[in-house]
Amino acid sequence: MAKTVVLQRKPLSLSERTYLPQIVTGLKTTFSNMFKGKVTLQYPEEKPNIPKNYRGIPTLVKDPNGREKCVSCQLCEFVCPPKAIRITPGAVPESEDDREHVEKAPQEFEINMLRCIYCGYCQEVCPEEAIYLQDEYSLSGYSRDEMINKKEKLYELGGTLPDQHYKWDKKKNAEDEGNDH
Amino acid sequence: MFDFEMLFMIGLKVLFALLMIGAVMTMAGYSVLAERKVSAWMQGRVGPNRTVLPLVGYVPFAGKFLKGMGMFQPLADGLKFLFKEEIIPGHVNKFYYNLAPIVALVPALTTMTVLPFGEFFADNGESFPLMLANLEVGILFILAVSSLGVYGIVLAGWSSNSKYPFLGGIRSSAQMISYELAMGLSLLPIFLWVSEPGTGAMGLSLVDIVDSQKQSPWLLLVQPLSALIFLIALFAETNRLPFDMPESETDLVGGFHTEYGGFKFGIFFVAEYAHIVVGSAIFTIVFLGGWHFMPWMSDPWPATWIGSLIGVGWFLAKTIFLIFFFIWIRWTLPRFRYDQVMNLGWTKLLPLALINLIFYVCLVTWLDQPPA
Ligand code: SF4
Ligand code: SF4
Repeated sequence: MAKTVVLQRKPLSLSERTYLPQIVTGLKTTFSNMFKGKVTLQYPEEKPNIPKNYRGIPTLVKDPNGREKCVSCQLCEFVCPPKAIRITPGAVPESEDDREHVEKAPQEFEINMLRCIYCGYCQEVCPEEAIYLQDEYSLSGYSRDEMINKKEKLYELGGTLPDQHYKWDKKKNAEDEGNDH
Repeated sequence: MFDFEMLFMIGLKVLFALLMIGAVMTMAGYSVLAERKVSAWMQGRVGPNRTVLPLVGYVPFAGKFLKGMGMFQPLADGLKFLFKEEIIPGHVNKFYYNLAPIVALVPALTTMTVLPFGEFFADNGESFPLMLANLEVGILFILAVSSLGVYGIVLAGWSSNSKYPFLGGIRSSAQMISYELAMGLSLLPIFLWVSEPGTGAMGLSLVDIVDSQKQSPWLLLVQPLSALIFLIALFAETNRLPFDMPESETDLVGGFHTEYGGFKFGIFFVAEYAHIVVGSAIFTIVFLGGWHFMPWMSDPWPATWIGSLIGVGWFLAKTIFLIFFFIWIRWTLPRFRYDQVMNLGWTKLLPLALINLIFYVCLVTWLDQPPA
């Protein structure tokens, strides 16, 4: 059983009851604060350090060979709670002949940033590690249209992330060694 | 027939008056800046540091410094107020609504006519106080006129016809009345003391008060209690924290000026800071020896025009320190609750002021006894 102890407060002395000594202490505190360092950032010029696992704007990334990673499986579209993603699946462009007719690629990929809640589910669900919430957090626009990130914008924002899988290199190596399936 | 001498004198007076208004308004504008800067420093922030005039920014060293200190911020603020749309809400009483900012500003500007701020040494060694009008009853005039400032606030509160300004108006009238008394009573012992036979001063003139502190202790040291009561009442009269009942953003939105915007709000703002400037000047005159150097010391500067310039500078320095003190207090203390303000005013400050007065009446009577 916890024992309750009632603390007896000492009656205030005369000087305490005038509050003046306390006011002087307070004044000293604020005065000394004037000469301490500043804790603010000059925002647009100086930016805060963004931690690695920050959930910024969702972006699409390419693999180190510059290929689109997204295969337009549309899992992210389905998982997105506010239905911010809209994907039009399409074919891989003809230039990439080793990939053509093997995978799909998004023909159009839109993320409506007026709907996105930065939950990160898309990143979590993506089987190809193609969509990432990165460190960019400030976006603004003059119209609703501007706030819908199109595919080009998403790739521009995303850039290329180091990727350890080299899926297509491995496939090629396997083919060269003669055990393709 | 024109009396050119007369015309010249009038012109000179007008010029001086304009200069004085310019000076006080500039100080009011820059105390707003000081408020923002000092509060920023005390809170570990930088404060306004972006505004700059077009070309000044390129001046190598000074430009950057001035920009960093936000020296052009008051200009930008003033311009902003000028160009904003003047909205008059539909539910207000238009006449009083428009009148209120003027009523608030005029007393603040009127009080400065009787403020002495230095002395001028003529060639023959005589000295004249530098002021617009040397009134025999200067302090009485200031007390009377500055308390008119409350009508601006009350009018603003009542004419806005909405609850928060109304509450602000009520509070401010109650508060002003309570603290006016303590303020007046705290000044009486000063005049008793100064009018002591032998010192020569016999009136309510501010110049005599300043001169009585020449080469003798400042009245702050002679009568610390009066100074304290006066200072507290001054905070209450200028609506500064911890007594900013009429405004108290947290419970009354903006208090009496909730319904005001644009330039009218700007006028209230300037009036408030002009009150602070004038209040600091009065405290300097009455308790800090005005333009005289240090307690017990005679002025180290020569009795020429250089001396009078230094004197004015010294007076300004003291005043600016007091303005800083006002700001300092604001960012240190929390606001009192309304009933606490009333309680402090009527049950603490007023009796204290009375006791103080009685004590000094007895003391002065005892000191003044003709030697038996
Ligand atoms: S981003 Fe990922 S989850 Fe979304 S469609 Fe492309 S591959 Fe599928
Ligand atoms: S972060 Fe969440 S809300 Fe935004 S696009 Fe991805 S799944 Fe949708």
